[in-house]
Amino acid sequence: MSKRTIAQKRAIWAWVFMAVPLVYFILVRFYPTLDAFSISLTDWNIVGEKRYIGFDNFVVLFNDPVFWVVLGNTFEYLILGVPISLLLSFIIAYYLDQIRFGHGFLRACYFIPFLTTAVAMAWVWRWFYQPVPIGMINLALGQLGIAQFEFLRSTTQALPAVLAPAIWAGLGFQIVIFMAGLRAIPKTYYEAAKVDGAGAWQTLTEITLPQLRPTIVFLVVISSIGFLRIFDQVYNMTQEGEGGPLNATRPLVLHIYKAAFDDFEMGMAAAQTVVLFLILMVITVFQLRVLRHDR
Amino acid sequence: MRGLVCAIFCLMMTTAANAVEIEYWQYSYKTRIDAMEKLIEAFEAENPDITVTHNNFPYAQYRTKVAAAVAAGEGPDVVQLYYGWLHDYLAAGILQPLSQESFPHSEIEQEFFPMVGSMKSGGDYYALPTAVRSLALFWNKKIFREAGLDPEVPPKTLDELVEFAKKLTQRDPAGNITQAGLTMGPINQDHNWWREVLVRQFGGVPYNADNSKVMYDDEAGRAAFQYYADFATRHKTSVVDFMDKGEIAFKAGRAAMHIDGSFVLSFLKRTRGGRNRLEWGVAELPEHNGIKSNFSSYWVNGITSKASGEKKLAAEKFLKFITSPRAMQYWLDQVGELPARKAVAYRDDNRNHPEFGAFIRGLDYAHTTLFYSESAQRKTVVDMLDRIVLNGMSVDESLAIAAQEDQNIIDAALIEIREAAAAKESTGVSSDE
Repeated sequence: MSKRTIAQKRAIWAWVFMAVPLVYFILVRFYPTLDAFSISLTDWNIVGEKRYIGFDNFVVLFNDPVFWVVLGNTFEYLILGVPISLLLSFIIAYYLDQIRFGHGFLRACYFIPFLTTAVAMAWVWRWFYQPVPIGMINLALGQLGIAQFEFLRSTTQALPAVLAPAIWAGLGFQIVIFMAGLRAIPKTYYEAAKVDGAGAWQTLTEITLPQLRPTIVFLVVISSIGFLRIFDQVYNMTQEGEGGPLNATRPLVLHIYKAAFDDFEMGMAAAQTVVLFLILMVITVFQLRVLRHDR
Repeated sequence: MRGLVCAIFCLMMTTAANAVEIEYWQYSYKTRIDAMEKLIEAFEAENPDITVTHNNFPYAQYRTKVAAAVAAGEGPDVVQLYYGWLHDYLAAGILQPLSQESFPHSEIEQEFFPMVGSMKSGGDYYALPTAVRSLALFWNKKIFREAGLDPEVPPKTLDELVEFAKKLTQRDPAGNITQAGLTMGPINQDHNWWREVLVRQFGGVPYNADNSKVMYDDEAGRAAFQYYADFATRHKTSVVDFMDKGEIAFKAGRAAMHIDGSFVLSFLKRTRGGRNRLEWGVAELPEHNGIKSNFSSYWVNGITSKASGEKKLAAEKFLKFITSPRAMQYWLDQVGELPARKAVAYRDDNRNHPEFGAFIRGLDYAHTTLFYSESAQRKTVVDMLDRIVLNGMSVDESLAIAAQEDQNIIDAALIEIREAAAAKESTGVSSDE
């Protein structure tokens, strides 16, 4: 009878505590994820039997012009959303970090949208964007003698219009992370730079940004996933949550939702989920590779 | 001794009978839930041996919940569904046919409005409505007066509708519409107005007799959609989705005329008083070429495949009760939805009612659309208008695309129905053996 070492005992206890979240993740996360792969190969309307149809769902999907529009929209959200939101949040965090007066209040102001429910916010913005006589933005433009914008009723302006509140809502989170990153940079680096006579721009590009690399990697990955999964804003800001006009704002997740819960085509919805999964995986792996490489 | 045995026997009988408990499901809608609670109370008072459990779910989850529960052998015995879902529910085996003994076909066909015929499949009726809905034209009397029109005379024809709309529209100096002559919301009720009313009034039909082929891609359909799109593109009396939703613009007094269903009555009645109180009237839809038409939709109640034996008998009794003339009158008074039985609808005080009257009169010539997928088919009309208004496409071209999209939806659904029927048949044969 050999006595267990302390290390062994610790490991056992660690596993005991981990068992609950582990079971949860397996049942609620991993199992459905894997199941989605098998459902994507079937024709299933939620009730009734699943019928195996091979890759038919994917064939139908790739031949559907709307799917390509939707995929294009999804990437548009990503390509516009990530750089704009990161740039804005970095600038705000950079200057917010340098002020002391009203610092806490300002930070709270930026953070509040992140805490607000997306649905309520989307509806408020939906009304902002209305044409005259009720839309706040267009009323203001009218006062200045500027022609009104179509916003949500335009096939070109609708997507950026929907994206704006999404960026705004996520800003608070990104600012807080950036500020934590800025604070973590040792003061001595800046002091040394000062002694060497480096200017503000040089300090920013030579010290601040390189030191923030892990923070930037984290935010790029997280916000990319966020913009690729955009749903609440589109669902609540477009007529009947259709992602219109003419599918101009419809992202992949909304398309999945419509297939699953409007048309009850669970197989088709699962197939799209698989596509989304692959996109997320490829992009994330790519970003981690490129951004993390050793200098 | 014999008395005691009898007493015990009776007691056993009543407890056994008391055990009949059935479940009723509908989606959450305040006035309907309250009305149904009252109907259940009345039903239970008449049938002390039956208890009805009433359950409701938000509209968004309702269909999924019913499908999942019945598939698992749980959930409702009597269920409410939208008429357009019937084919889905039959394919999924959720409903059982209504027995001829309790619901004789001759009685249904004589006493209910003819559109209930679409609840018949393969010689059996599967569900019956308590209430039906139709469309009508709402007009704002105050705006009529301000524009120099007689506030008591709404437009009677489609030509008058255009003429009135032009007079009733107001714009700011920049030319933006600040008061719409007529609301335009293809995603709300206008798609129904176009499909079942305008197309017919211009001499066409939306679909063929067995509802398998789109028929509106012709001269009549084109003229009908041109008429509709012109409000936005030519007459400029309307902005699509003005103030987000037509009913909101109308209620805010920013739209002079609005076409909507009877379900909007309760929304309009909840207006604040005071000087700016909304003064409105409601009239039958304008006619054209002497043709009147209307669109009707309804919610029905059916018995699920899960109910059998005693529960089935109780479910039948309950369904009979909630589709009785008495229940319908109560429903009209409380919920504001129109009676599905002609005799109730045609009562003088209902037919001439200042609010319900126009809707009830519209039922005489109303058509229903047998949707295969309401949201997808609706979207074809919404997109058809957007291509014209936003992208400047011609009506011809846009209509052809919409007709093709609609036809694709129908074809896909028909294949599915055929497959489901074949699957059912093969399992049916094996269980007989």
